[in-house]
Amino acid sequence: MLDCLLPRYKVLRDSEACVECGVCERSCANGVHHADEKNGRLSADHAKCVNCQRCVVMCPTLALAVTAWPQVGNGSNNWTLGVMQDIAKQAQTGAVLLSSMGNPQHYPIYWDHLLLNASQVTNPSIDPLREPMETRVFLGSRPDKLVVNEREHAVVTRMPPQLKLDIPVMFSAMSFGSISLNAQKSLAMAAVELGTYFNTGEGGLRKDLERYGDHAIVQVASGRFGVDMHYLNAGSMIEIKIGQGAKPGIGGHLPGEKINEEVSQTRMIPQGTDAISPAPHHDIYSIEDLRQLVFSLKEATRYTVPVAVKIAAVHNVAAIASGIARAGADVIVLDGFRGGTGAAPARIRDNVGIPIELALAAVDRRLRDEGIRSKVSLVAGGSIRSSADVVRAVALGADAVYSATAALVALGCHQCQDCASGRCNWGIATQRPDLVRRLNPEIGAERVVNLMRAWNREIEEMMGGMGINAIDSLRGNRLMLRAVGLNDKELEILGVRYAGS
Amino acid sequence: MNKIGTVCATGGPAEPAACSVTLGTEHFTEANALVREALERADTVEIREAFAQRYLGCGMPSGKTLLIHGVPGNDMACYMDGGAIEVFGNAQDQIGNTMNGGSIVVHGRCGDAAGYGMRGGTIFVRDGCGWRVGIHMKQFEGRCPIIVIGGDAGSFLGEYMAGGIIVLLGKPGSYLATGMHGGVIYMKHELACADVPRGLVQEPIDEADEAVVGRLLIEYNEHFSHDLGGSVDASATGFFCLRPASSRPYASMYAN
Repeated sequence: MLDCLLPRYKVLRDSEACVECGVCERSCANGVHHADEKNGRLSADHAKCVNCQRCVVMCPTLALAVTAWPQVGNGSNNWTLGVMQDIAKQAQTGAVLLSSMGNPQHYPIYWDHLLLNASQVTNPSIDPLREPMETRVFLGSRPDKLVVNEREHAVVTRMPPQLKLDIPVMFSAMSFGSISLNAQKSLAMAAVELGTYFNTGEGGLRKDLERYGDHAIVQVASGRFGVDMHYLNAGSMIEIKIGQGAKPGIGGHLPGEKINEEVSQTRMIPQGTDAISPAPHHDIYSIEDLRQLVFSLKEATRYTVPVAVKIAAVHNVAAIASGIARAGADVIVLDGFRGGTGAAPARIRDNVGIPIELALAAVDRRLRDEGIRSKVSLVAGGSIRSSADVVRAVALGADAVYSATAALVALGCHQCQDCASGRCNWGIATQRPDLVRRLNPEIGAERVVNLMRAWNREIEEMMGGMGINAIDSLRGNRLMLRAVGLNDKELEILGVRYAGS
Repeated sequence: MNKIGTVCATGGPAEPAACSVTLGTEHFTEANALVREALERADTVEIREAFAQRYLGCGMPSGKTLLIHGVPGNDMACYMDGGAIEVFGNAQDQIGNTMNGGSIVVHGRCGDAAGYGMRGGTIFVRDGCGWRVGIHMKQFEGRCPIIVIGGDAGSFLGEYMAGGIIVLLGKPGSYLATGMHGGVIYMKHELACADVPRGLVQEPIDEADEAVVGRLLIEYNEHFSHDLGGSVDASATGFFCLRPASSRPYASMYAN
């Protein structure tokens, strides 16, 4: 059957620069580049190219570039080439279209409409190079009041378990299975170095990563993969995954072909079968049921670690978050609709959920209005692209943020959105040993540490400019934000005033 | 009502043989602390007057035993790791949640979602069970979780089941084993052809299956024949089994 599909990309080879060394052929797991049998000249099978840019980066003579397929659409904004290609694919296969990474569609990015304040004259700014700046954050529930024995210099109130972060950024959940061991190891080592945390995702904790347990958040999802007493007590916090920003209402589904021996052992499931983790936890139909799961985990860990609940940012997020706080969670994680994923149905990724900026501001306000904001910490994820986004998120009410995509980009990810294929040429979203070897965990960790150290320095500079020397004073401090290009309703939800007002 | 607290009888010079804990209306946090404390002193702890306290036996390791009188609350034996629990009465919802190993015997019925995500150990229930029992059960290497239900089961028995064994002596409810992609359900009663769920195959059991089911029925009788005033036929002849047609039921559902 004629499939009517066009290639998405075209590989351009500068034949004058190309020395036919074959690096491109060896670096491509998709089999794009191949030498002609007769004359040995390299050519490309454009249709197989996913634009991961591995060959472009690896080519020693910079002879390669990838461009969009030059075919134009008919000029319609409605029936674009992309829309028609999706239809062609579905007409051919009858299948649900899968994609990866975050929502790429043209929805407003509110971060880009929020500008930061800086002090002039009346409230002096602080020079972070010469004065102490505090970016340390504690996550967890806080007691109603703190009793201090001043004579003994001791806190009398029994403190609930908390997580100490030296930087206000953690690495969001990515399971072993969806990402490679070397990718997870890079993040674990970086978390140790940075004094922050990585998250196992719902795929269990591999034996050789247990030594990073002091910097691990272990996740519990509906499929309960790899969850036992050992696992629950191996990490520093437990996160119940209810939803994920990239695919609200959709569960995890790791296809059987990715479940090799190692993934099977970590997830504690047979090799080769699909690992299905549906969106509903069938033991949770209410806030009371969620409370039951939260406290079962607290009982299992003797109340020594905080329990977080992660939800996707959706329509009634503020009311849901209020319920989660009342269910006994110590940390609420909000994941916005631009958050990444290893695989999601494309229609879900592109059409479900709401922006993290609006969700975060709404939840923070709701919890404050109800007087329970201090009972829980708020963590925001779902596309934090830079230190400026971190500062905006904290000013909108987050205690800390989760970042995954930025950390993966530091490891080499080029956002080709083909994670689901398992052929990641950067050794990140794959289990193929030859590809995994391409990512050196030591070098990977160093790059992630560099990135986060740079972000933290920038955060200090931005805070210093505002005249703020501790990130606690920035939390929920919307006066440090002004908006441009937003309507009244957006301003109201964000709780932010317009620039110039 | 007895006074809430713990009583330990000295069984020998080294360890007390058994402790008895009376829970009454104690909140679950204090109740579980009492039980854990007692389990540190004795390998077998008898719980009296359980009033629906949740999480009894949570994460209990092997070598420890709870004998529960009264009604244990939801999530009994959650994450249990080898311990043994016997309930002299009914159990509530979600016993054996994400249980790793050990045994549960219920001299009565149990509620919904028993054995959720269970990957080892055994649950024997004398009577029937609620909805979604055995959901997400999975087997792994040498571990194979087993649930034996003496009566009827509620709807969605064995949903998303990825491994392990369920034996059902009564009748199943609706939506039996939807999404099942591993393991086996043995049933005393044959399903009408039209009732066999899509993607599953029903067959009479063979000799190997008979041996498996027979052993479990003998154990069922050991636990419950006294309660029932007689034994169930442990020959397992005439049983049927339900298995998934594929371990990858959704393999062709997606396209990149």
